[in-house]
Amino acid sequence: MSDTAFANTPLAEETRQSEVRFRGGGFAPRNRRWVGFVVFAVLIGLAEIGTRTGFISNLTLPRPSDVLETIVQLYQSGLLFKHLVPSLTRLVVGAALGASIGISVGVMVGLFSYVRAGLVPLLAALFPIPKIALLPLFVIWFGIDEGSKYALIAFGTFTPTAVATYSAVDNVDRSLIRMGQSFGLSWFSIVRKIVLPGAMPGILSGLRISLAIAIILLVAAEMLGAQYGIGAYILEAGSLYDLERLFAGVVILSLLGVLVSTVIGIIERRLLGWRT
Amino acid sequence: MDIRLDAINHFYGKTEILKDITIDIPSGKIVCLVGPSGCGKSTLLRFAGGLEKPTSGRVLQLGEPPEGCLNTLTYVFQDFALLPWRSVRGNISLVLEDHGIRGTKADAIITDVLARTRLTDFDKALPKQLSGGMKQRVAIARALAVNPAVLLMDEPLSALDSQTRELLMDDLVTLWTRTPFTALYVTHNLAEAVRLGHRVVVLSRRPGRIREIVEIDKPLAERGYADADLEIIQKHLWDLMRDEARAAEEELIDV
Repeated sequence: MSDTAFANTPLAEETRQSEVRFRGGGFAPRNRRWVGFVVFAVLIGLAEIGTRTGFISNLTLPRPSDVLETIVQLYQSGLLFKHLVPSLTRLVVGAALGASIGISVGVMVGLFSYVRAGLVPLLAALFPIPKIALLPLFVIWFGIDEGSKYALIAFGTFTPTAVATYSAVDNVDRSLIRMGQSFGLSWFSIVRKIVLPGAMPGILSGLRISLAIAIILLVAAEMLGAQYGIGAYILEAGSLYDLERLFAGVVILSLLGVLVSTVIGIIERRLLGWRT
Repeated sequence: MDIRLDAINHFYGKTEILKDITIDIPSGKIVCLVGPSGCGKSTLLRFAGGLEKPTSGRVLQLGEPPEGCLNTLTYVFQDFALLPWRSVRGNISLVLEDHGIRGTKADAIITDVLARTRLTDFDKALPKQLSGGMKQRVAIARALAVNPAVLLMDEPLSALDSQTRELLMDDLVTLWTRTPFTALYVTHNLAEAVRLGHRVVVLSRRPGRIREIVEIDKPLAERGYADADLEIIQKHLWDLMRDEARAAEEELIDV
């Protein structure tokens, strides 16, 4: 057949027709915020119904409404803030210390070959140490008071932040750095205006993990020698097998985690709006 | 200011990449560098701007850079290299900030280059909002903002589709006609070379050597799309390169 006779080429319309099947769906997560709430509500609802009907015994799981009541009582008695304020202070001070040192060290590792060669093995050695195991050591070094708690939380946030930061710096688009050099930008300008903003997405997603670890360590630190604090509260409730109060403490911790994650989400949206 | 690549040789390890390259880029002219892929033309461009060092040979600046020149040798990159977190205006001001140019003085320069690249209305847009052609116009505006003596253009239109490429070639011709600039323009697209080059340097396959230097006398403004005179030159260039391009294409990469 000649290739000029396009107009005369008939389509095989008479034979069996079938529509092309759509097969390109999925693999594109979309924002469905309400689903999260539904999952929470269903789980809590099930627990409530189960405990009320006696299907779940009170020894297995406290009734969610009782836990809520305990939190309300805690708030009304003023004890909530007595526990929450020292905890938040420890979290903020410790995490701020650890994150800022972690980011600085991570940036240095990312930028200087000698620092990298010297510190990457050290970071690899420090990362898997369960920081809680070092609490006695910190108590000896920094005292039984706040110092050891700050140090523990700071140390726990430091390693993941440093590792996340240096891999974020590694991933900054080299062609942008070349561009900066080709326009004669100073070293400091390149770091401040190209490397740091370019590493910001990685640093922030590292912080998400580090801050969750900070909350875990906060509780661990408070379980060892603290009069007030969410951790102390949970420990006390746990040793009395007071499940309502135990769960009340756990709920407060979860809320803290959600809060931290939300704050980072807001920062990401404000700082990283440029991402496609 | 003229620029001269003087007897450049280059090796990567034991592999010879470039052999005895001498090219003059006279002031106010566009010199195009074409060659099969992997012939070292982009490497040569990096030598020209001091981003890499050749094994032997020198890059010479002849004469003084023009007054008010902030960055003598200025690149335009294939991938645009815009900071995605800065607006169009911010990307241009980036290269002025380090020279202490801020405030109204910077505004005047930015407004001028944006007008020259027809981007005035887009100064607040982020790179992610721009099409490829507009991104490259921002990069060109940024390069013009430092008033360079020589523009080093590394396949600036290769990441664009062919229609955008035509439009941008027209833009470049207009820019040059209004204020002639000096440029070393690397491309693998022969149509671009004959449209924009006053002189076309053809490199051979690796190790890259100068095969031929073709002068094109027709003024830039008179050259057009599917120009018969240019077609002849383009065919000549293609005849020079065809076999080598095929051989280069079939080569295995082992670096």
